[in-house]
Amino acid sequence: MSTPLLEMRNISIHFGGIKAVDDVSIDVMPGEVVGLLGHNGAGKSTLIKILAGAYAKDSGEIYVDGKKVEINNPRDARDLNIETIYQTLALSDNLDAASNLFLGREITTAFGLVDDTKMEAESRKIMARLNPNFQRFSEPVRSLSGGQRQSVAIARAVYFNARILIMDEPTAALGVHETAMVADLIKELKAQGLGIFLISHDTREMMELCDRVSVMKNGQLIGTERVEDVTEDDVLSMIIMGKKPGETVDA
Amino acid sequence: MSGGLGNLIKTLQIDTRLLGMVGAFVLIALVFHIATGGTFLTPRNLFTLTLQTASVAVMATGMVFVIVTRNIDLSIGSLLGIIGMVMGVIQVQILPDIVGFGSPAIWIITVTIGILMGAAIGGFQGWLIGYLAIPSFIVTLGGLLIWRGGAWWVSRGTTISPLDPNFVMLGGATGTIGVTASWILALVGSALTVWFLINTRRKHIGHGFAVKPVWAEYALGAILVGAICGITAIMNAYLVPTRILQRRFEREGLEMPEGYTEAYGFPISVLIVLFVAITMTIVAKKTRFGRYIFAMGGNPDAAELSGINTRLLTVKVFALMGALTAIAGVIASARLGSAGSSLGELDELRVIAAAVIGGTALAGGVGTIYGAILGAFIMQALVSGMGMVGVDSPLQNMIVGGVLILAVWIDILYRRRTGDS
Repeated sequence: MSTPLLEMRNISIHFGGIKAVDDVSIDVMPGEVVGLLGHNGAGKSTLIKILAGAYAKDSGEIYVDGKKVEINNPRDARDLNIETIYQTLALSDNLDAASNLFLGREITTAFGLVDDTKMEAESRKIMARLNPNFQRFSEPVRSLSGGQRQSVAIARAVYFNARILIMDEPTAALGVHETAMVADLIKELKAQGLGIFLISHDTREMMELCDRVSVMKNGQLIGTERVEDVTEDDVLSMIIMGKKPGETVDA
Repeated sequence: MSGGLGNLIKTLQIDTRLLGMVGAFVLIALVFHIATGGTFLTPRNLFTLTLQTASVAVMATGMVFVIVTRNIDLSIGSLLGIIGMVMGVIQVQILPDIVGFGSPAIWIITVTIGILMGAAIGGFQGWLIGYLAIPSFIVTLGGLLIWRGGAWWVSRGTTISPLDPNFVMLGGATGTIGVTASWILALVGSALTVWFLINTRRKHIGHGFAVKPVWAEYALGAILVGAICGITAIMNAYLVPTRILQRRFEREGLEMPEGYTEAYGFPISVLIVLFVAITMTIVAKKTRFGRYIFAMGGNPDAAELSGINTRLLTVKVFALMGALTAIAGVIASARLGSAGSSLGELDELRVIAAAVIGGTALAGGVGTIYGAILGAFIMQALVSGMGMVGVDSPLQNMIVGGVLILAVWIDILYRRRTGDS
């Protein structure tokens, strides 16, 4: 078996007395989509926020290409080409699309000033690929629709040559057409060899898009299954009962 | 607004808020001009008005950044007081003994120490806010009391005067650059403006973006150059009173020629405001620091997740506010020619009002430098005008308070209509 692109081993974190993530291990191979499933509060978002550098883990290790890495803040994650699309989108509403796309990584001129024209030109190029209808480059993103905002958030992750992409509910609050667009994009990125962690509540969508699913409950990992080995009902019972498919039969 | 005019403004890409503020300023000026029987819109009064506004305008640009990052700074009036006092002591009681009375080193050293002190105190307050997470309202409310007390402590309540003659030129009518230099400055400013318009257009065409029609570029250029030359003409139209000229000729042992006149030109303090305004606009629009300030104001979590160190950013913003307060302190004490322990009292409220009237949203994320400076001018025009008409000072305060509330309400209506939140 080849080396995983990314591996999180025995990760734990607690807030006050609550173990939000309890000894969880997950991994993703190049060109693979791994789904994270579970109820609200199961610990999925917390787990991936550790990977994105937003939270500091209490214990556990993270490996990229088999090499141990330290992720202490969002900059570390970005330096490892780990990009995140957050559930809340994490856009600054008062800035335009290009400013958001390049936030924290602005293109600058020879004098060290931000080069807005260049950044807008680059934004137009990437958006032409992701969402050809998008034309509202000079408006604050607050005035954009949910789908348009989503494409800005995705463009930001894709533009900087992500190797590992984390998508926290990328299709929540999107229309049918836009959801299909995101699904196509995930397939395209997968074909390019990215490792993708996908979080969603839509089990059917997950069965379609993912290669494997990892189910969490109360901060613990219930199990990781290949989608072809399980049915949607198996996955649902893992989410609800917190038991693996085999165990439910035995019980 | 009629369709034709609306289209014109849209084509020229002029900010309607800017237009509204210029309109408000002109309206106030006209009303007072009529009410005072024609003395408000005179070169002399406009010259004085700019001198009076300079100190608050400088601080208002810094307050924009502070408010944009969802903070407030209530300490600046007191900070100005203590820095003014320290600078007074340094230039009057300490430096003349070291470098010699009248040495140009006096004002340079004094101003440098003042700015460093402002940045240090501001940065410290910013550290308490950013790293210890104490609300800025509380930290700077504490600062308001502490630094005002400190200002009194430095001088035991006495007023330090007269200040160094070179230093005084940085804030008063004695420090002006004359007619010729003012026109040269206007020409350079106009040339830079035109170059900037052409360069922007060229870059946009280079990337294939849509650009304004050529006539609109010409119109915009004409308006800007016209404004620069107009203001210069006003400053150059205010003649130095004959009495003052006569005294100067006498001092030099010369006879003043019959019919000799001389105009003031731009005061140095106004040039300082211009320099600060241009620099702060570039910082806001064209640097990463400025971009991060607005990103943090729009969504602090998003800024943090984008790898921006928002705590350090807070320290920098307050340090900058402190440094600008020091510059304002130079202008304010130089204009009065003295440093008293009440210098800068209530300035924090004037500055916040100027920023807010200028369109800075207290919710954060929104604000412009030119807006804050215009806001400062509108406030000062109102106060000066009421003084000239003979409105009692308690009533003046009541009216200014009412105008502030009214301005914010109009701003809320404006945002609702344009779809900004």
